Amino acid sequence: MLFLYLTAVALYALSFVCYARILYSPQVALGRLASVLLCLGIIVQYLELMARAKAAHSIPYDDLYGSMSLFAWLLGVTYLGLELFHRERSVGAFVTLGLVVWMTVLRFFATPELPNAELPRGSLFAFHVTLNTWSYAAFALSFILSVIYLIQDHMLRSRRMATPSWRFPALDVLDRMARSSVYIGLIALALGVAMGLDYAWRETGAAVLYDPKVVVTVFILVVYVVYLRLSRSSSWRGPRAALLCALNFAVVLFSYTFVNLYLTKFHHFH
Amino acid sequence: MAGIIQTSRAGAVRVRIALIGCNHVTAPVELRERIAFTPQQALTAADELRRQGILDEAVVLSTCNRSELYGVPGETSLAAPEAMQDFFLSFHGLSNWELDGRLYRWMGTDAVRHLFRVAAGIDSMLLGEAEILGQLKTAYNQALDHGATGPILNRMFQGALEVGKRVRAETEVGARPMSVALAGVKLAERVFGSLKGRSALCLGAGAVADQVVDHLRSRGIGNLKVVNRTFEKAAELAGRVGGEAAPWESLESVLAAPDILVTSVSAREPILTRAMLERVIEARNGKPVFVVDLGVPRNVAPDVAGLYNLYLYNIDDLGEIVEQNKKAREAEIPRAETLIEEHLTRFEAWRSALEASSIVDDLRERFHSQREALLEEKLREMPDVSPEERKRIAHITEELIERVLEQPGARVRQGGVMRGRLGALEALRHLFGLEEGKR
Repeated sequence: MLFLYLTAVALYALSFVCYARILYSPQVALGRLASVLLCLGIIVQYLELMARAKAAHSIPYDDLYGSMSLFAWLLGVTYLGLELFHRERSVGAFVTLGLVVWMTVLRFFATPELPNAELPRGSLFAFHVTLNTWSYAAFALSFILSVIYLIQDHMLRSRRMATPSWRFPALDVLDRMARSSVYIGLIALALGVAMGLDYAWRETGAAVLYDPKVVVTVFILVVYVVYLRLSRSSSWRGPRAALLCALNFAVVLFSYTFVNLYLTKFHHFH
Repeated sequence: MAGIIQTSRAGAVRVRIALIGCNHVTAPVELRERIAFTPQQALTAADELRRQGILDEAVVLSTCNRSELYGVPGETSLAAPEAMQDFFLSFHGLSNWELDGRLYRWMGTDAVRHLFRVAAGIDSMLLGEAEILGQLKTAYNQALDHGATGPILNRMFQGALEVGKRVRAETEVGARPMSVALAGVKLAERVFGSLKGRSALCLGAGAVADQVVDHLRSRGIGNLKVVNRTFEKAAELAGRVGGEAAPWESLESVLAAPDILVTSVSAREPILTRAMLERVIEARNGKPVFVVDLGVPRNVAPDVAGLYNLYLYNIDDLGEIVEQNKKAREAEIPRAETLIEEHLTRFEAWRSALEASSIVDDLRERFHSQREALLEEKLREMPDVSPEERKRIAHITEELIERVLEQPGARVRQGGVMRGRLGALEALRHLFGLEEGKR
């Protein structure tokens, strides 16, 4: 598993180098290579997750390491999907850099040992966790896109266009990519929450509505719906909406880290 | 003798490629106008150069900034450039003194390097300009269709086109806009992405606004309106670019629609106030507006810059960006030169292999003629040798020659092996007296 982990990180790092290079000197072949390397990294990380799942007899989300790794993998998958859909590679450098940092951090701060095997909890539970993690990954991506939007907007207003500024996607494209990402996140989160509530109902016979994780998750749904609504209003459209989107991610981080680690009873990492 | 004589760095290398010409650095515009070639004249000149035996292959490149003759001399002597220069002068009816010091000559590797630099846009007046690559392609294609090119110029010009594309794709030399008009349009693309289907309003019909409108049109702007105090001028510009003219009185109503606003009106006071542009943004439901103010004095009130979702650039802002871009482009020249040298090395390896291959053929021819002469002489003294034995001796000597030349022949087919050895090949040619034998 260590070999797969190292290979995945190496592929993400190489992909980052290629993506960063095309920000300064665009080359179609290098751009394609960056995408291929990212794709290979995703495949190798998937194999690592699979190996881990087989060893743990469960989808690897019970511990912080597995959960963070799954998050990174879904971030890569979501970005690759958006890259293909919007035909825009210039954001890749930021995403792959994020992946490399995230994967490195998780090795240092989260123990890679397998959690104690628990009783299988069924596919409903697996889908619930995977969809929720996917939504966090999509929101993370919208955060990255919004930050780039704000940087690009600042560059345009200050009238000092550095080299990468001429390569960044247009504000309009960044806005559309961020919204696409938020849509993915919202759909995944809504489905994930519904499945989670259903699972809890089946397991306990009661609705788990007042768990801090559920409350914060509903709040996340609300803030992102508000973002989507405001981002098309006359007074919020543009940089304000991008700022709101970026700030919303703080709530996601809070939910993913603090709530999971300290507040919730049902979503605690092992 | 008129002209700047550039000694080839290739030194004693047999000159197979020659270039003669002048550009914006060596000749003023009045002279460049006189020595320019129309497309038809370029073909006629190429024909004449070949008909007179001055060149075997010829391409004439003529743009507003340069007139150049590229050719493969029919003779191997260094006299070809002089003959090309004489032709150049007589074709345009000029005398030597008129071009004194204006013409440059490059030979061999230097001529190839010059062409690659031209294709890369680093020999252009406007560093990295894109037009030269199209002009070069057109000149080459016309010569090719006309049958004026051969294997050497084909390879050389195809290499040049490849270099030009790579330099523009892989460096910043051609990436950043270098004119105020293009900078304005490129910045608008940073906001809206593709301009296809977007709308633009042009206030005034000045020269720079004219260029901006051209760039917008070439990018497929959907709806273009032109408003000017003199309606006829607006109608003229709108008619030329396929837009729509509107009277000055309708300014308030046409102002509501556009994504991009270009102003270049001669007015003492700003004609677009903050209140007017607030109404524009409101009418657009907060969608961004990109304003290019080319007027001097400014047409847009300075306090407009603070409006939310409005991007305002005046002529000084754009001028400053162009200046930044110019520096950035200049900083990219070493990278472009590296690409040029890479392609040059590749071309030279191919040319060396070609040269070496011709030497092996010449040697084979020489050996065979010597063999025949020797056999005839010696066998005359040996009347007892039967016809079968004579045939056998002839066959053995032929085989000997082929065996001797087998290894050199195989080596020259590997282009890389001969890279940088043109001088040695020339020495070999001299050693065996192959020039005398051929000419």
